[in-house]
Amino acid sequence: MTGLSEFAEAIAKGALRVVDLTHTLDPDFPVIILPPEFGQCARFRMEEISAYDHRGPAWKWHNISMSEHTGTHFDAPSHWISGRDVPYGSVDEISPDRLIGAVVVIDCSAGAAENDDHELTVEIIHAWETEHGPVPRDAWVLMRTDWSKRRGADYLNMRDDGPHSPGPTPDAIRYLIEERDIRGFGTETIGTDAGQGSHYTPPYPAHFYLHGAGKFGLQCLNNLDQLPPTGALLVAAPLKIKGGTGSPLRVLAVVPS
Amino acid sequence: MSRQSYEGVAIVAPYSHPYVRYSVDTAHWWIAKALRGSLDAAGLKPADLDGFCVSSFTLFPDTAVGLTQHLGLTPRWLDHIPMGGASGVVALRRAARAVQAGDADIVACVAGDTNHIDSFRNMLSSFSRFAMDASYPYGFGGPNANFALLTDRYMREYGATRADFGRICVAQRSNAMRYPNAVMKKPLSLDDYLNARPIADPIALFDCVMPCAGSECFLVMSEEEAIRRALPYACLDGAIERHNAHADDPIQLRGGWTMDIDELYAMAGRAPADIDLLQTYDDYPVISMMQIEDLGFCGKGEGPAFVRRHDLTIDGTFPHNTSGGQLSAGQAGAAGGYIGLVEALRQVTGTAGNTQVPAAGCAMVSGFGMINFDRGVCSAAAIISEGARI
Amino acid sequence: MTDPLAPPQKKNPQKRSTSPTRPPELRSRAALGLSAAAAEGRFALQQCSECGTVQYPPRDACHACLGTDLPWRDQDPHGTLLAETTVRTSTRLYFRERAPWRVGSVKLNAGPVILCHIHGDCPREGEVRILNRLDRSGQGVLLALPIERTQNMEDDPVMRSLSCDPNHRRVLVSDGRNPNALALVEHLFKAGAAKVFVGESETWRPNPAGADLAAAGAEVLSLDLTDTASVRQLAGEIGGKTDILINNARFLRPGGALARDDTAFAQQEMEINYLGLVRLAQAFGPGMCARTSDGVNSAVAWVNILSVYALSSDPGFGCYSASNAAAYSLSQSLRAEFRDSGLRVMNVYCGPTEDEWYQLLPPPKVTPAALARSVIAGLQDGLEDVWCGDVAKDIRERWRRDPKILEREMTMGQEEA
Repeated sequence: MTGLSEFAEAIAKGALRVVDLTHTLDPDFPVIILPPEFGQCARFRMEEISAYDHRGPAWKWHNISMSEHTGTHFDAPSHWISGRDVPYGSVDEISPDRLIGAVVVIDCSAGAAENDDHELTVEIIHAWETEHGPVPRDAWVLMRTDWSKRRGADYLNMRDDGPHSPGPTPDAIRYLIEERDIRGFGTETIGTDAGQGSHYTPPYPAHFYLHGAGKFGLQCLNNLDQLPPTGALLVAAPLKIKGGTGSPLRVLAVVPS
Repeated sequence: MSRQSYEGVAIVAPYSHPYVRYSVDTAHWWIAKALRGSLDAAGLKPADLDGFCVSSFTLFPDTAVGLTQHLGLTPRWLDHIPMGGASGVVALRRAARAVQAGDADIVACVAGDTNHIDSFRNMLSSFSRFAMDASYPYGFGGPNANFALLTDRYMREYGATRADFGRICVAQRSNAMRYPNAVMKKPLSLDDYLNARPIADPIALFDCVMPCAGSECFLVMSEEEAIRRALPYACLDGAIERHNAHADDPIQLRGGWTMDIDELYAMAGRAPADIDLLQTYDDYPVISMMQIEDLGFCGKGEGPAFVRRHDLTIDGTFPHNTSGGQLSAGQAGAAGGYIGLVEALRQVTGTAGNTQVPAAGCAMVSGFGMINFDRGVCSAAAIISEGARI
Repeated sequence: MTDPLAPPQKKNPQKRSTSPTRPPELRSRAALGLSAAAAEGRFALQQCSECGTVQYPPRDACHACLGTDLPWRDQDPHGTLLAETTVRTSTRLYFRERAPWRVGSVKLNAGPVILCHIHGDCPREGEVRILNRLDRSGQGVLLALPIERTQNMEDDPVMRSLSCDPNHRRVLVSDGRNPNALALVEHLFKAGAAKVFVGESETWRPNPAGADLAAAGAEVLSLDLTDTASVRQLAGEIGGKTDILINNARFLRPGGALARDDTAFAQQEMEINYLGLVRLAQAFGPGMCARTSDGVNSAVAWVNILSVYALSSDPGFGCYSASNAAAYSLSQSLRAEFRDSGLRVMNVYCGPTEDEWYQLLPPPKVTPAALARSVIAGLQDGLEDVWCGDVAKDIRERWRRDPKILEREMTMGQEEA
């Protein structure tokens, strides 16, 4: 195999740029909120064990704790009931070659700016394909909304009838899976589904269809505005957690400068 | 059944080791000094003693037992009397009985305490369980506040004024000017007294004793022994003690003396008019005034009029606390329970020197001790008289 | 009348804060009964079960009949002032710094004579009413008050020192999301609090009460008891001006160990109800302890709002009860750890409250306002243990009589048909 040296050199010389699509793990970063009688997603927490002091004179370290689904994170098929029997459905079983691949970005930022509940529809995908060609098979598809630029309460955007944030319609997700056989779907919001995704049939269609089909999810992505619609490479390697349904991770994209 | 007399008992060799305000030495040191003083006065060696009685607040962790080994004594009769201001009279009573019964031939009675910078404060915090539980937590730093309450009540009840108490203090200071060992040597006027810094109203600075270090001692033996050794001695004509008297009185306006005073005079075959000088326990003047009443020199509530009517100095009509008492000589812990008795012994044996009351043939000494909670619990009194002067 | 306390000046940064001093703490075992009664604001004395004689000072045998069964019983708190003095000096630093003060002796209607503090408004003679209060060493002491209330009587220096009055003080309420937060804020201001800080966790999601808290005058600040960094940060910001800390944070889910197949809720309960208290204590405790002699708005009290089931589990809320038992145990440790400073730890034991998690329980339930009233009254009376609501009082009574019988009552099932 050739080209890897050139690839490395291109990164080193800046011909290729590495974009960090990850938010900082921070105790204040929002997590999904479920009705309180359900178990909840643990927030990221960090306890100092020592800091070059009497607890450990020459070293500083922390114990950290969080959910598999805290911060910028990866959803494996086993996360959802529809994916519970999918072979190799947990993070430790996923073949490493599936952790690096092509990525396309569908820009929904204009719509999301106007409507918190903006939907990614089949029509929008068709329009994108008219411009950029068909979504390639086995590619990651990321939905850009610029939601990652929101801070504090605006990010979760919780109201009395639940959170409001953009996401795909059931038909759009089915189209990407059934017609385009994508590898996974990623968003800037707290989930791959819309904030009001529980009101679709089926509820949470992105989770339901993606994982039922053995596809992956990425959420709480950052910096999608720095990616080209096509032509970038995505590195998304979750921690190898035994039987894990997901994992916080560092998501990197390699793009032409 | 009438009490057996103290006939045949001689009290000899009164000795006061000069007091100091603060001392770096220990109670053991002070007790040794006084004991040595009395033994020297009597021409005795420690080995001659077969009875030993001690009172001290600052011996901890020792008691009389530890002192025997510490001081090299081998007594066959040993006592430790923790009765504060009543210790002197009580020690005398018991030693006298031991000598009469033949349980001991020569008993040394000694009291002494040291006074470090912080020892008074430390003693207060653990003085008694009731004090620890029910007075110290209110800031009763020692008996000042207790006696302020008694004084307040006494004044309201009997119309005493501060000047009445002042008369007692001023007279004692004048006596102290003639007593070489007194700590307070500055003359005190009634104006000084009345204008002094308030401590716990109505008590002011000169109502309070000054804690100091010091020690006192005397010896008890048979009259035959005293005569054989040619020692001047005093006789014990009668003695009483009483504890926790009048417990139902809501506040202390009288002491345990009232229960036993008639017996004391009867035993001594004397009346108040026969007493040539009085040594009261005087940690505050109000308690001296109560003793003058309760010991029969005037009726209850007549103390103020009594002190207005009498001159309480050495040369006065009613010589009282002739060495200056604790108010002017200082309060050396448990030695405060001895100071009046030792001075009275000097008086009736004619060895009081500068403070000598002319024709002091018979003295009364009273003791009062231990503010366990809201009042003094122990009271005692004795009448002593001239045995032989040399 | 008493001169009203002047609001404190702003702190002079060039002046050293006064180090805390304490009144004497040492007591006999018998005397601790007075402290135990004061912890709940009761005036109780030992009374001989054989002859009925009331005893004081506390002792181990009756002075009338030598009976040794001397239970503590509530007594008529009235008596007659016999004598008084104004003490102007003391060998004890605590009193020396507070001189002069009034003490006196009082003949109680119940029999004994006591020595006690005297409120400045008491006349020199006549009838008085006795309070049994905890002093800054946490021990019961007696204070004589005039029979009738007088103006500003709480501002009497001795009475103020025997309370944890919120008047002029700055208070932190740890959890603005608890349904009782608003009532606490309102009642604190009504009691004269100078400032009320309210902690709010997860500011990235709405707090329905947030606007009301702000409107009530509270300063809402970010505080998450599960996040050590957040607790330390807030302590860094306001730890030096927190005079009273009220920890009302609570995580509550129904059920015992078998109610779920996981430890998620139990863990969260421990994180907030127990470890939250540990984090707060580590972050705020030392600063508050250093400021217990800091003038009118000295640091004075640490309040834990606990479930009464901390004492005996309610299996319907088994894991929650366990987390409260842990917090209860830690509160006892905190009492020892704060002891040297005089910072009071007040536990408010609460029965089921009027909110979503106790929806299925029948009344009586504790309303937020009732809880707030209990907290304020407990602070004003300087209590250590406050029982809020009929259920809490009922459990206390049963627990006192026999903890094992209470346990059986709490854990018995329904009779089968």
